[in-house]
Parts: sequence; C-alpha cells; structure tokens
Amino acid sequence: MAHEAIHTDANDPQNVTNPEHAQHHIVTPLQYTYVFATLLFFTGVTVAAAYVDLKWANPVIALAIACFKAVIVILFFMHVAYQSRLIKMTIGAGFFLFLVLVTMTMTDYISRSWGLW
Amino acid sequence: MDSTLATPHPHETVLHAEHEHVVLPQHRHHFETEEQQREAGSFGMWLFLLTEIMFFGGMFFAYLLYRNWYYPAFAVASNQLSVPLGAVNTAVLISSGFCMAIGVWAAEVRKRGVLVVMLILTTFFGLIFLGVKADEYHEKYELHHIPGSSFSTSMFVNPAAYGIKEEPLSPDMAQKTQIFFFLYFAMTGMHALHMIIGIVLLFWLTWRAHRGDFSAGYVAPIENFGLYWHFVDIVWLFLFPLLYLINRHPLH
Repeated sequence: MAHEAIHTDANDPQNVTNPEHAQHHIVTPLQYTYVFATLLFFTGVTVAAAYVDLKWANPVIALAIACFKAVIVILFFMHVAYQSRLIKMTIGAGFFLFLVLVTMTMTDYISRSWGLW
Repeated sequence: MDSTLATPHPHETVLHAEHEHVVLPQHRHHFETEEQQREAGSFGMWLFLLTEIMFFGGMFFAYLLYRNWYYPAFAVASNQLSVPLGAVNTAVLISSGFCMAIGVWAAEVRKRGVLVVMLILTTFFGLIFLGVKADEYHEKYELHHIPGSSFSTSMFVNPAAYGIKEEPLSPDMAQKTQIFFFLYFAMTGMHALHMIIGIVLLFWLTWRAHRGDFSAGYVAPIENFGLYWHFVDIVWLFLFPLLYLINRHPLH
C-alpha cells in the first residue's frame, strides 16, 4: 500500500502512474438510508399528486419526480457521484445520445402526420 | 530504431525476480493497479447499461408516440391498472435496491455475513415484486385485456355496464386500448425478464458470497451486479408513473 499515495492528480500530473486515478470511495449505510427514505417519500408524493387534477402539470410532475429519483439512484446507489470523470462523461454522453434519438424520431413522426397532433 | 516490442518490458526483466506473482481476482496481471481494474470493470458495465437504456428507450418512445396519437384509449386503459399494487411494488423494488446497496457496502468492508443476508433480502423483495406482477397479469387475463384474438373491448365501449366511471370510447378508438396493453405487457414483461435474470444471478452470487469469494477485497461482481439491479430499479421508476399514474384525471 506504500505506493497508494502517488495515485492522485496532485502527485501524478501527467497521468503516468494510473491513468484513471479513480479514488475509491465507500458509500456508508447511513447515506444509503437517506437515499432510501428520499425515494420512498417521493414515491408517496408522486402517487398523491396523481389524484389531484393539475391539468397539463400532472404528467410533468410525475416525470420530474421520476427523473429526480432516477438521478439520486444513479448518483448514490450506483456510486456515479464518486466515479472518475471518464465514467461520468460516458454516462452523460449515453443519456444525451438517447435524448437526441428521441428528439430526431419524434421530429420525423410529427412532421409526417401534420395536423394529427 | 528500436521498436517498443524489442525493448525489454520493465515488469518482465527488472521486477520479475522480486515480484512474487500473487494472483488476486481483484488485480489480474494485465492491469497496472487494483483501481485500474476496478475502473475498467465499472466502465464496461456502464457501457452495457447504456445499451440497455437504448433498448428500453425504444419502448418508452413507442409509448410516448402512441399515447399522443390515441390519448383517449390510453387514458381509459391506463386507469384499469391498480395504483395501490403499483405503488406497493415500487416500494418493494426500492427496498430491494436498498438491500443491494447495503450488500455492496458489506462486501467493501468485508462483512461476509451481512453481505449474504443482504443478497437474500434483495432476492426476497425481488420475488415479492414478481409475485405482485403475476397477480396483476392474471387479473388482465381474466378481463380479456391481453392483446390478441381473445382481447375484449366491451369494458371500454360500454364502461357503465362494468360500473366504471369513464366516457365510452367509439369502437375503433376502443381497439386502440390493445396498443396500450401491448406496450404495458412488453415493457413490464421485459422489465420482469430482467428481474428474473437478476434473481438467477443473485442465487449464484449468494452462494459465492457464502463461500467467502467477495469478503476478501474482491468486490467487482457484487458491485457490477448492483449496477444492473439498480438499473432495473430505475426502469420501474419510470414505468410506474407512465403506465399507472399520469392518466388518472382524464375526465375533468
């Protein structure tokens, strides 16, 4: 373990020793419990919100809560908050690509059945 | 010019004599460090999960499109799903994910007993989820709401006869409820298939964890399986509001 200290940005500016220099981080059970409680709380909120008539806002709120829950699962249960920039960038690029594909396909459908929307 | 191939590799020449080749599963010989191996493993797992996002994403897109095209059919059909069962299943699946997360922690801090218990609890909650899902599928079977030749639109054409407070649909719009149920079964079915695969893997991981494979510093299989399990969790976090919740108020 003596050479562990060199695997940091500060001591290895050229990225020679360990190109990934991922600092290993263990998320504690207490943090997991906070995330768990938050997820359960927002599940309750989203069910309650579905029974209130908010017109166009109903699906928006439901999806916003789903996205929020997904983000905290990804950041903490899946440890992305503590991963290297390489992995963060890759995941971000993946989600961005998904949005691009949805937008382009939707653009095609909308423009083909003009007036049906 | 010396090529890199001809240059003696320092690991093989200089270090070999003093470097006892201890084979650790968390540090195989083609990785420089344990962190590098862990990073490569996580990276690969995430690439796989991104392909899974595209796979489920296609179905989510189909849902988005047809929900816009056949909104009345989707609203009425969606209201036939049980929100309490869906909400309970959401809580059950979140609990399963929580146990999995604690399991990853237990493997990191090398607590074999806690890890085994958490993997068993993860499996247990996963099986409860599938049981509730099976009950919901069975109800749809009895109501003839499974798309195909035995599909019945009568509940949507004449809701009053079934005591359902919905506007009746025209026969051709009522046929479009089949598209909702097709997507419902396709999406929740693929989600359930992922869970079944996960539970099979959990049995194998529990057995290996019990043997002590993951409580001596080798965490990667538990960690990467955890990523898969949480991904399946996230799919449901979107399926639940989209299929069960967002059409609750079509009548106002």
